[in-house]
Amino acid sequence: MAELLNLDEVRHVAKLARLNLSREQLQQYRRELSSVVAHIAKLNEVDVQGVEPMAQPHDLTNRLDEDEVVPPMPVEQVLGAAPAVKGQFLAVPKVFGGEDNR
Amino acid sequence: MDEDATIPGLIGALRRRESSAVELVDRYLQRIDRLNSSLNCFCETYPERARAKAHQIDQQLAAGDSIGPLAGVPIAVKDNIITDFGHTRCGSRFLENFQSPYASTAVKRLEQAGAIIIGKTNCDEFGMGSSTEHCAFGAARNPWDFMRVPGGSSGGSAAAVTANLCCAALGSDTGGSIRQPAAFCGIVGVKPSYGRVSRYGLVAFGSSLDQIGPLARTVQDAALLLGVLAGVDRHDSTCADRPVPEYVTEIDTPTKPIRIGVPRQFLSDDNDPGVNAAVRDSIAVYRSQGAEIIEIDLPLSEYGIATYYVIAPAEASSNLARYDGVRYGRRAELGAADDLLDLYTKSRAEGFGPEVQRRIMLGTYVLSAGYYDAYYKRALQVRRLIKQELDSAFAQCDALLGPTAPTVAFGLGEKADPLSMYLCDVYTTIANIAGICAISIPAGFVSIDGKRLPVGIQIQCKAFDEATMFRIARMFEAATDHHTHRPDINDPATSAHVAR
Repeated sequence: MAELLNLDEVRHVAKLARLNLSREQLQQYRRELSSVVAHIAKLNEVDVQGVEPMAQPHDLTNRLDEDEVVPPMPVEQVLGAAPAVKGQFLAVPKVFGGEDNR
Repeated sequence: MDEDATIPGLIGALRRRESSAVELVDRYLQRIDRLNSSLNCFCETYPERARAKAHQIDQQLAAGDSIGPLAGVPIAVKDNIITDFGHTRCGSRFLENFQSPYASTAVKRLEQAGAIIIGKTNCDEFGMGSSTEHCAFGAARNPWDFMRVPGGSSGGSAAAVTANLCCAALGSDTGGSIRQPAAFCGIVGVKPSYGRVSRYGLVAFGSSLDQIGPLARTVQDAALLLGVLAGVDRHDSTCADRPVPEYVTEIDTPTKPIRIGVPRQFLSDDNDPGVNAAVRDSIAVYRSQGAEIIEIDLPLSEYGIATYYVIAPAEASSNLARYDGVRYGRRAELGAADDLLDLYTKSRAEGFGPEVQRRIMLGTYVLSAGYYDAYYKRALQVRRLIKQELDSAFAQCDALLGPTAPTVAFGLGEKADPLSMYLCDVYTTIANIAGICAISIPAGFVSIDGKRLPVGIQIQCKAFDEATMFRIARMFEAATDHHTHRPDINDPATSAHVAR
């Protein structure tokens, strides 16, 4: 049985991940993640001294494109899949004005 | 007539006027009508559009115009690859109503070659899974045994090709999601080298791991498809500006004696005995074809799962941050007191299934302050070491041989524990980690409970060496007949126990 992750940590991760989870879901993910994290700890067996991290397999660096002006996607097309639109804007709940700073 | 059609077979029949392209498409659509409710491969089909495209092909043929290399060939597309027609849902409630305003490069290239996109196939949500059970629109079934999974995440595509509901299909592979379903369904599946095929329009899961690739009935069909898909694309800066070889014309070219490396880690005692037996048989086949078999040691391959299940969820947590309910996709019903943060947290909690939520949580965890170095940075270091170990192996041999998966197709619901599902990927993740190319080909069957279940072997070659990979795969295919077997979907023993 894998050592359980701290529940506060799991709650913190859910907040970072912007997921609204119930208490039951938090407990379930806590158990499941604990078991996966225990397996991942195997990586500690490998000697990585002096090894440069590799983020993508071919060590690609910036590939620049010609600065060519092309017509953009029309705004109506861009907004076509939006859940709520006001004119040429996306409509969302109030961003500023709440009392607490989240 | 097209019960066992390959791409050249279909195109030949069209050229000889044995069938019109419209008649051909209709036969595939009829099979889909008959079988899709049992197999649940397709989440959407495009009969009108397909017939219209087929009619255009017929007109070109009648006028004596040249037709493309895939003219009239019905192809299915995994539903995490964007089409600018129909929907792209990625097996997710979050994108249930999403219609893309732009097309993926892969689909554009197929259509330019004359292919007929017949439908979109079910997949594990956002490509996360090894069974296609994590699909919001229902699990797909394995045509060899409807109570077993077709594999995942490209299970719908694999099942559709196996059941001849399409001639070939596109899938995507981040940790094995093309190869493992190909193995479970007894067909050919290719993960191209990273950067071989444009990812523009592939809904991102793991940006340093993902590749689009073909699932097909033969090695030659897969090679033909890759030839159409591959090549530079200015819309994807990770897509390599390297020439695309003539994979098909060179596929039967004898080469210098082939050296095949068999890593001892791949013939684990934890594999199904039937899987190991099929791999040993394939080694004998290669020997009989004059190949030199070399035993290879790949100790770092045993860290593939651990490395992958840090990097992939980390990248996924970043890539799936875009699903915020603002610009597209699901937006939760909000109460009067709900603010922007609630918009995000509620839309995401409602829209994402448990496996996606798990992976986002895992990825967020390994990237968070205090854990970043211990997990993510370390995984990237092990990634480099795994790649270096493979590079050394390819100095000794032309290809690595082993099983694609440790088992044959398992039962629906059998791998409910997440870690047990992740361990299915034990042989497939290193190809994504290192960016090399890999193919799964049918290598025999295991009999369980009166059902024959396919086994796949995997051939891996160094990055951008798909030409060698196809030749070596073709050598095996030409010497065996496993790839010619098809499930008898009308056999009551296969279809008897479909639970709905």
